[in-house]
Amino acid sequence: MSFVSASNIFQSYNGRPILERVNLEVEEGEFISIVGASGCGKSTFLRLLLAQERPTRGQITVDGNPPAVEPGLERGVVFQRYSTFPHLTVRDNIVAGESFRRPWGRFFGAERKAARARADETLARIGLDHVADNYPATLSGGMQQRLAIGQALVARPRILLLDEPFGALDPGTRLSMHDFLSDLRAETGMTVFMVTHDLEEGFKLGDRVIVFDKPRWDPDDPGAFGATITYDFDARNGGFPYQTIKEETHVLRPQ
Amino acid sequence: MRLINRKPGRPLALFLLMLPFALVFIAYAIGSDIRLSENPADKLLPAPSKIAATAERLFFEPDKRSGRILMWHDTAISLQRLGLGVGIAALIGLSFGMLIGLLPHVRATFAGFVAVISMIPPLAILPILFITFGLGELSKVVLIVIGITPFLIRDLSQRTLEIPREMIVKAETLGASTLTIALRVALPQVLPRLIQSVRLSLGPAWLFLIAAEAIASDLGLGYRIFLVRRYLAMDVILTYVLWITLLAFVIDLALKKLSERLFPWTEAAL
Repeated sequence: MSFVSASNIFQSYNGRPILERVNLEVEEGEFISIVGASGCGKSTFLRLLLAQERPTRGQITVDGNPPAVEPGLERGVVFQRYSTFPHLTVRDNIVAGESFRRPWGRFFGAERKAARARADETLARIGLDHVADNYPATLSGGMQQRLAIGQALVARPRILLLDEPFGALDPGTRLSMHDFLSDLRAETGMTVFMVTHDLEEGFKLGDRVIVFDKPRWDPDDPGAFGATITYDFDARNGGFPYQTIKEETHVLRPQ
Repeated sequence: MRLINRKPGRPLALFLLMLPFALVFIAYAIGSDIRLSENPADKLLPAPSKIAATAERLFFEPDKRSGRILMWHDTAISLQRLGLGVGIAALIGLSFGMLIGLLPHVRATFAGFVAVISMIPPLAILPILFITFGLGELSKVVLIVIGITPFLIRDLSQRTLEIPREMIVKAETLGASTLTIALRVALPQVLPRLIQSVRLSLGPAWLFLIAAEAIASDLGLGYRIFLVRRYLAMDVILTYVLWITLLAFVIDLALKKLSERLFPWTEAAL
């Protein structure tokens, strides 16, 4: 049994099918990029993985546990926007990642002090220590997303879900965010699902790139059929899985 | 250059700000002057100097019969009624607004009910309040509460619903319970809105206060205005009206400053 397993997922809204017959098996630690045209159910599938919605048919299990009915600690998420809390300072946003599971959502006394110190360490690691006392609205888009990812990670989720996390960033910031995410992933080894519009980004970061598309298309009624996974690429080694040179030869090759 | 792109400079803006006030004052002074030159005993438009003299008397000279300065007593009791009414309404509005906004079951139960209740004209049930709660303080406070609570509930439940779903889901993935989401995510974001809604409902609150005082009271700003109406004491009425306007303006400004002080993040931007 694989770590995340989606079997025969159907999802429809008001009788309109969005997803049909989606099957996916993911091993622990894999990075899955999800691409596809707009309106092809990528974000719907992510919401199903998040357990924000439940599928009309089929079920998604994580580590063999019964399907979740609501979002919880097991899953971390970063959306394109609104992923940080605007009324908390940058430091308190990080502390919230640990404290929200407590009865009153906060730490008291010595625990609070320790949590703030840990948050400062985290902020230093993600390069936000100089703005610890600012509010998220004063941060640039890239810094806000770094904060959102940092906040999701301090909660130690088993799966990280990213919904176009870098969609609103400029190309330069995007590249540095890629490095940031790759480093974090190498550190934590967690399972990641990322919805993106950027194919290059999907292949660069992902171990697998799965494509959502509609296999059947009625030109008179574009909403008649739902989308499913039409391709599942192996994206390791830049997407050229069979070109790994396994033999030791005298030919020079790129390092 | 298009009119929409022309902006007044600082001195001009200040001048324009003062202009309508000055115009109204001048128009009043001229009207008063015309009437007084025809009939020096005219009471309808007392001269500004007379209003100033009356104001000085009202604010600083004790009443001959009771020996108290009635203006301050009127102000204190009216502000107490207003504060109690608005405070209670704000508490009810906040708690019900958040419950309706956060919990689908409560929303299904009360959203329609509140929408219908808010259509009852509060002044129409004022007699019922007088009959039920007597002519004392309680009925006046209850009128303000009934008058503005439905608006506050509707406004705050709407604001709670407008909190982006992403933020709530994010809190869920951090392990937050419903209570934690309410107290640490929803409440801090609804509180600034509460102050705004209270500012908006202060106008109706004053209306209900003065209406209740005019009908049954023996002290209060609204009571005094309606009392001296019998003697056509326009100078007293105008002094009270100006005083009430000033009080309302100061309360509004204070709430605005309070909101900026308490919730610095609402002003935060890159």
